[in-house]
Amino acid sequence: MVQIEQDILSKNDGYAADNRRFLAARGVLALNLVSSPGSGKTTLLVRTIEDLEAELAPAVIEGDQQTSSDADRIRATGAPAIQVNTGKGCHLDAHMVGHALEGLPLDEGGLLLIENVGNLVCPAAFDLGEAHKVVILSVTEGEDKPIKYPDMFHAADLMLLSKVDLLPHLDFDVERCFALARRVNPRIGMIQVSAKSGAGLDDWYAWVRAARQMAQAGRQSISAAV
Amino acid sequence: MHEMSLCESLIGVIEDQASVHDYKRVRTVFLEIGSLACVEPEALRFSFDLVTRGTLAEGAALEIIKVTPQAWCFACGRTVTVQQRFNPCPDCGGYRLRLTGGDSLQIKQLEVD
Repeated sequence: MVQIEQDILSKNDGYAADNRRFLAARGVLALNLVSSPGSGKTTLLVRTIEDLEAELAPAVIEGDQQTSSDADRIRATGAPAIQVNTGKGCHLDAHMVGHALEGLPLDEGGLLLIENVGNLVCPAAFDLGEAHKVVILSVTEGEDKPIKYPDMFHAADLMLLSKVDLLPHLDFDVERCFALARRVNPRIGMIQVSAKSGAGLDDWYAWVRAARQMAQAGRQSISAAV
Repeated sequence: MHEMSLCESLIGVIEDQASVHDYKRVRTVFLEIGSLACVEPEALRFSFDLVTRGTLAEGAALEIIKVTPQAWCFACGRTVTVQQRFNPCPDCGGYRLRLTGGDSLQIKQLEVD
């Protein structure tokens, strides 16, 4: 009998730590965007890139099972994007992201947006080396998704409630949704957005800027230590 | 569906450890799974049998040790047992809980030749 005491995900976590060091040395803020399919992730991403392009030089890693159509949509904005096709896989892992980082031009102090495979289950378990997971939930989905898929809402630091321009046509109870998310994760932040009307985007961008300042401060302390 | 890739990681760890602990074959894998870990034990068993084929763990038994989740309740100031992430504290009924255990996914030990 041999004692091992090793996490099954230790290999992934090792790659994630490498990615995190790589990003920290460049002062890049990496966000791992997770949601179910059809939550409006790519639309929100395109709008975010267009609005922040000059300021934050965003780059994108796109995860999907098949096709490069999302990366094509991102590249149309002028931002560099790499598509990772996971094939049969249901999530991005840190090794795939590490490879993508090798080929992606990243500005010092810039922003890296990782759009994960549309899936509220598996991506929760896989650290990619990001600073934060951001979960996007659209108001056309059920308000009880935070407790139906608690692992993901527990893993995320911020929830973006998307497509809020549709709220007048729906019975979606925003307060209840927020309360359920806080049950699963008392630390989670919440912002209501609409990529169509532009509502709430300034709050989202303010959150990104604040997170980026933290990434910058991290880099300064690394270079001070060296 | 990610039980398959978890099993592949598991085999990766077992193969890496083979040179460290000098074994040629694995008979039993003792795996600790917290009931809040993102994994379904039955799907894991199914994948385990498939993924171990042709490896040094082929035909090995999988022993799953289940761990009950625990959380720190900020209101009560002590550790309590919970069943789900969104359950309230069983004592005070509050939701200001921080999970302290029960989401592990760890190879504890191996019975080897």
